Amino acid sequence: MSKKVLLNSKEIEIILHRLACQLIENHDDFSDSVLIGLQPRGSHFAQRLVKILREDYEIQGLDLGLLDITFFRDDFRRRDAPLEAANTQIDFLIENKKVVLIDDVLYSGRSVNAALTAIQSYGRPEHVELCVLIDRRFSRHLPIQPDYRGRQVDAINEERVTVNWKELHKKDTVYIENK
Amino acid sequence: MKQLSVEHLLGIKYLNKNDIDLIFETANHFKEVINRPIKKVPSLRDITIANLFFENSTRTKLSFELAEKRLSADVINFSASQSSVKKGETLIDTVNNILSMKVDIVVMRHGNVGAGVFLSKHVDAKIINAGDGTHEHPTQALLDSYSIKETLGSVKGKKVVIVGDILHSRVALSNIFALKLQGAEVKVCGPTTLIPKYITSLGVEVETNIKKALEWCDVANVLRVQHERMDIKYFPSTREYTQLFGINKEILDNLGKKITIMHPGPINRGVEITSDVADADQSIILNQVENGVAVRMAVIYLLAQQIKR
Repeated sequence: MSKKVLLNSKEIEIILHRLACQLIENHDDFSDSVLIGLQPRGSHFAQRLVKILREDYEIQGLDLGLLDITFFRDDFRRRDAPLEAANTQIDFLIENKKVVLIDDVLYSGRSVNAALTAIQSYGRPEHVELCVLIDRRFSRHLPIQPDYRGRQVDAINEERVTVNWKELHKKDTVYIENK
Repeated sequence: MKQLSVEHLLGIKYLNKNDIDLIFETANHFKEVINRPIKKVPSLRDITIANLFFENSTRTKLSFELAEKRLSADVINFSASQSSVKKGETLIDTVNNILSMKVDIVVMRHGNVGAGVFLSKHVDAKIINAGDGTHEHPTQALLDSYSIKETLGSVKGKKVVIVGDILHSRVALSNIFALKLQGAEVKVCGPTTLIPKYITSLGVEVETNIKKALEWCDVANVLRVQHERMDIKYFPSTREYTQLFGINKEILDNLGKKITIMHPGPINRGVEITSDVADADQSIILNQVENGVAVRMAVIYLLAQQIKR
């Protein structure tokens, strides 16, 4: 199985700061905005972004929620393996808020589609944006595009893009491998 | 990956500890869902569920129906009192007629022991037993254990006494199976006429003194006296039952510790339990009802997961 590093930890750090700055550009002090990380993998990315926004750019009172979309997926009973749910932690309403959905890899767009349905349980947002670390071009099943992207990648369907975070895997890396 | 080891939920005795853990874990997620402003998920939008209640029920039927609707399933309801059962139709005929309307899951309460098992062998649908005669009521036992776990942190090692009409109670039997499986210690307490002869073979102890039973336990699960199932007199009078086995505030205050009070409902206030005990802060009766929806959502979701398209 061949494995190629797409982004190393330094590159990821630069991208995280760039995305944080782009978010500030559009959301100012985040008083009307909330960030929502998609469980399980998008939540690490979201937490890192929030850490940078709070510590390096001194954004106070930033709301971060973690959303599990398991029960909103469109492939329930269509997969061989059962779906496993993760926790949802959203202790605020998103009524009239600007919501930024955060996920690590944008592939078919189906997770984001499920997330768009799921967040409606928490109110009607003013608008919703999407921030992803890796945007896999040419693989979308749905008309969904990111508003903020870390890196665009051309990967074929037989390849898998994996994001490792230092909190879990000791080192930040994004790599691409054959399935 | 995690799946239930069974194809139907017919009774706790067919489950293993992993199944119970999986149901509780899934129920935690659903408990969060039912506390959202919009309490609904679309998982089961292409599943149809028939609730067949051949015996009366309020709480269980509402709880199942709510759980099914919170999962976006289509629901049809059936009560024996308003049906062709009264005209002499057999159980299999009734159910097959309903299944030909393309039903995926059947939730059934029936007066006969083993009705669920019988049905699971003859019809092609997932069966959930919502109470079969005096046999089992698995979802009640699951929500009872879930409530104990939520209140006390775990079920393992806890001392639970089940008080009342053990002989006619499917809640008691399912609870005994569920509690033993999770490592709790169980005693039953009630008039000797209402305690089955071989109950100790299930690994439970019998205590006929309510004060001793309550002094021993962490949790008391109080059952109703099921007059409707009694063909003969099992004790002289309701008044005497209340004097010997009724739980009141005075008994609880003299225990020197705070035990948790549970009741599967319906409560006969002033008979097995007084109003001030039922409404006390150590009573988790209404938590049981809330947890019932989450636990039933978990069971339905996990069984529906096995239905392949």
